[in-house]
Amino acid sequence: MTAVLAAASVTGPHIDWAAISPIVALLGGSVVVLLVGLLRARVVRHQVVPLLALLAFGAAIGLVIWQWDTDTLVVAGAMRIDSLTLLSALLVCSTGVAATLIAWRGRAARELAHGEFFALMLVSAAGMVVLVAAVNLVTTFTGLELLSLPLYVLCAAMMRSERSLESGLKYLIIGSVGSATLLYGFALIYGATGRTGYAAIAQALVAKDIAGDVLVLTAVAMIVVGLAFKASLAPFHQWTPDVYEGAPTSVTAFMSVATKTAAFGAIVRLFDTALLPTVDDWRPVWIAIAVISILVGNAGALGQSSMKRMLAYSSIAQAGYILVGFVVVTRLGVQAVLFYLAVYLFANLAAFAVVAARERETGLGDDIGALRALGARRPLLAVSMTLAMLSLAGIPATAGFIGKFRLIEAAADGGYTWLGIIIVIGSMISLAYYLPVVAAMWRDEAQSAPAPEIDGRTGLPALAGGSPEADPPRAGWEVQLVALVLGAATLAFGIYPQPLFDLVQSAARGLGL
Amino acid sequence: MTIHLSIVLWLPLAAGVLAVILPRAAARWVSLLGALAVLAYAIVLVADYDTARGGLQHVTDVVWIRSLGIHYKLAVSGLNLFLILTTAIVFTAAALWSALREGRIPRPGLYALLMGLAETGVLGAFMAQDLALFVVFFDLMLVPFYFLTLVWGGPDRTRAVLKLFIYTLVGSLLMLVGAIATGVLAAKGGTPTFVLSDLQRHPLTRSSQEWIFLVFTLAFLIKMPAFPFHGWMPDGYQQMPIPVLAVFTAILSKVAAYGFLQVAIPLFPKAAVHFQELVMLVALASILYGSAMAFTTTRARLVLGYSSVAQLGFIVLGIFALNSRGADGALLQSMNHALVAGPMILIVALLAARTGGSEDIRDMGGMAVRGPLLAAVFLVLTYALLAMPGSANFIGEFFILLGVFQSKLALAVVAFAGVVMAAVYALRLYIRSMHNRVGADVEPRELGWRAGVVLIPMMLVVLALALYPQIALKRGDRAATRAIAGARLVQAAGSLATAPAQEARR
Repeated sequence: MTAVLAAASVTGPHIDWAAISPIVALLGGSVVVLLVGLLRARVVRHQVVPLLALLAFGAAIGLVIWQWDTDTLVVAGAMRIDSLTLLSALLVCSTGVAATLIAWRGRAARELAHGEFFALMLVSAAGMVVLVAAVNLVTTFTGLELLSLPLYVLCAAMMRSERSLESGLKYLIIGSVGSATLLYGFALIYGATGRTGYAAIAQALVAKDIAGDVLVLTAVAMIVVGLAFKASLAPFHQWTPDVYEGAPTSVTAFMSVATKTAAFGAIVRLFDTALLPTVDDWRPVWIAIAVISILVGNAGALGQSSMKRMLAYSSIAQAGYILVGFVVVTRLGVQAVLFYLAVYLFANLAAFAVVAARERETGLGDDIGALRALGARRPLLAVSMTLAMLSLAGIPATAGFIGKFRLIEAAADGGYTWLGIIIVIGSMISLAYYLPVVAAMWRDEAQSAPAPEIDGRTGLPALAGGSPEADPPRAGWEVQLVALVLGAATLAFGIYPQPLFDLVQSAARGLGL
Repeated sequence: MTIHLSIVLWLPLAAGVLAVILPRAAARWVSLLGALAVLAYAIVLVADYDTARGGLQHVTDVVWIRSLGIHYKLAVSGLNLFLILTTAIVFTAAALWSALREGRIPRPGLYALLMGLAETGVLGAFMAQDLALFVVFFDLMLVPFYFLTLVWGGPDRTRAVLKLFIYTLVGSLLMLVGAIATGVLAAKGGTPTFVLSDLQRHPLTRSSQEWIFLVFTLAFLIKMPAFPFHGWMPDGYQQMPIPVLAVFTAILSKVAAYGFLQVAIPLFPKAAVHFQELVMLVALASILYGSAMAFTTTRARLVLGYSSVAQLGFIVLGIFALNSRGADGALLQSMNHALVAGPMILIVALLAARTGGSEDIRDMGGMAVRGPLLAAVFLVLTYALLAMPGSANFIGEFFILLGVFQSKLALAVVAFAGVVMAAVYALRLYIRSMHNRVGADVEPRELGWRAGVVLIPMMLVVLALALYPQIALKRGDRAATRAIAGARLVQAAGSLATAPAQEARR
């Protein structure tokens, strides 16, 4: 008995608070936001709470920059804070800032009560950072659930919208299947190796010479499937279009970028350290998934009139491109993955910001018709959207082109030039759905009626003479700011990408490559 | 005198940006001033070029993206010198045409910006001495044409422009993979470089050369367009606004022809020799198909469009003769065709204006009655287009055919049919519009001063080049010879290798 007590009173593991400070900031911020959100004053709920959420994300970004050169194992070897973690955290938190700005005056945050909405988003972001940092199967799963559970709720945030509820439920069910599959895989890995730490698993796989064992192969297959669900890679993507379309636009924006960043961070870390001895077994599988994602995503996006659905399919294709950088299993490839995640962030969030802005200004929701003749009426929004579309398609002078260049270079360097050709075939197909968006915005008004404006306050179409203001309603400045800043970044990093390259330079250092 | 190529390169875009910022009324003039400044700079460039020294001159070389090994390296050589000048001339003509146009162009600032971007893109593709930079500009120059057609084009433009963009980007994107593979494979595990002169020093293995060469060739043939890859051309031509089309048809196809001499043949000489006959057959098919279509279609624009297909076929034929005669001729012919095709498109607009908007040559006729000056200008350009002896085009085609005679006699014989067919379609267009009975809706009118200011100087340039083509030939000769030198070496080595084998068999 005393022995047990003595053991219990043993001090916990040493915790490097400075290293995990970004996670602490996100979790602490969520608690503060939740509590402040309980206050009744309207100004507090509508203005102070989002501001606090922004502050939490901003603080996390600041702490990430403070810890930039850290490379250490923390919390008894459960997590590794290195430049892969910190870079992913930077991307996730930047996405969080953008999503918070988009959500600020949106319907979703109001319906769910602001405190809960933003608190959930912060928790989810913390889960993403934990997921990428995890170097232990238990931590990995904890991070995964920490990121997933809040997202299920956030998808259903518009509680009076059937589609939003459907989206949340669908995501919950399919996401749980994905998590369960992953968990089974982890359990089998533990069964085979007796370890949960990544480095120890890799050692055990080599030492016991069981890399080709059926148990291990089954485990690897289940892990691949589970993570492919999370990263919405084909053929495990069926939930994506429905969930993306139904969820509030701010949540979709957050999910499409941040979740992907975290999922890819986890995939890279897990497969390039713990499962590296089985590389010959999982590489063909991931290659197949990459090719299928590129083809299915691009084919599915063709002819979609809902912008969110189109972007959902496009994000599947983009995930396929990113996967090409991963499957070559080189440092160059990992750098290409992170570089592409950054440029994908700029373009995708800019696109979602414009979609969100037009959702509020017109009665057409996320239909492509809401963008019609935008070039003449709102040139800045239209330019941002155009740059986003061209960047996603990989046209020169946008960051997307440089990103694709890097991915293809990594593929050629790793001896997989044919995957580079698959990427460009995908890009060709993608032009057939990105360009019509651009065309809708820039064709002159005379031939295509502009999207009808609605009354900003009532949410109903303005009656002739019944509108209190002569001006059509404008989406809040913050949404336009997101679109503009990210559109400008797309262009700027397309012309001078070197700073971004310097940022991802050391990303692969902590891996087994 | 130091000339900064960066200034020439970015000046058009800078003028375009200025045109967006300044008041609407100023946009067209700012755009014109920008184009004129580039023209002046290009003339200085030509005058300053040291023909005796040859090689790359006025080199600008800084590292652009260190992590990718991409250099921002620009230079002029005998190869691109006159193409740069031609680009400046045609863009100035287009800017002048747009500026003097009766009635405002809607959204003039955006128009000026896109035209500026187009000129910068084309100049960049001509000047680039880094493979990746070349690919960037090659793809980039298409983007403004997409928007120019989308906003100011014909009624059915959305579909046509999508087709054009996808068609040409299919080639360009495959070319991107080819370019990256070239850099990575040439580096053999080291940091890749894309500087052309470095790449030339590290030739690839034969099998790599072959697939990469095919990818580049496909991109260039689509952009030209050559016969089986011209699907985008009829729709695209019909929907483009006139000054934009003039630039497009005159200049963009030449970037592709230049690409063969600058990139594909020097970097992949073994493959160029291997596929010589294949490419020449495609060129021949383009000549025959383009000519046949040009004298059967009744739309004036498409006559010129298909004639372009045929003329570009000649140019490719000359390049792939793989001897210096053919390459010289191809280079001269690139310039000739650009200088003739540009104003010809503008004349189509004049013809349409006199036929109540119709571009069908069956509606035309008798326009020479009250327009002797128009008829004269048109006739000079027509003669140049059909390569009448005395025109620079004649000299170009002559050199090309001479080159082809030396390398592939049979092909040259067939290609001669193209020369005859060119006379048929060019004269048909001229006679049907200018002579014959005055059409029902035709109002013959003299060349107005607005069009005259553009067309007469262009005609004078064509005449001047006809009188003194050596100005271009002399400067281009060495560079063109050097471009195909690698392939000639491969050929020579090949014939040396096969000769003993044949003897042994005997």
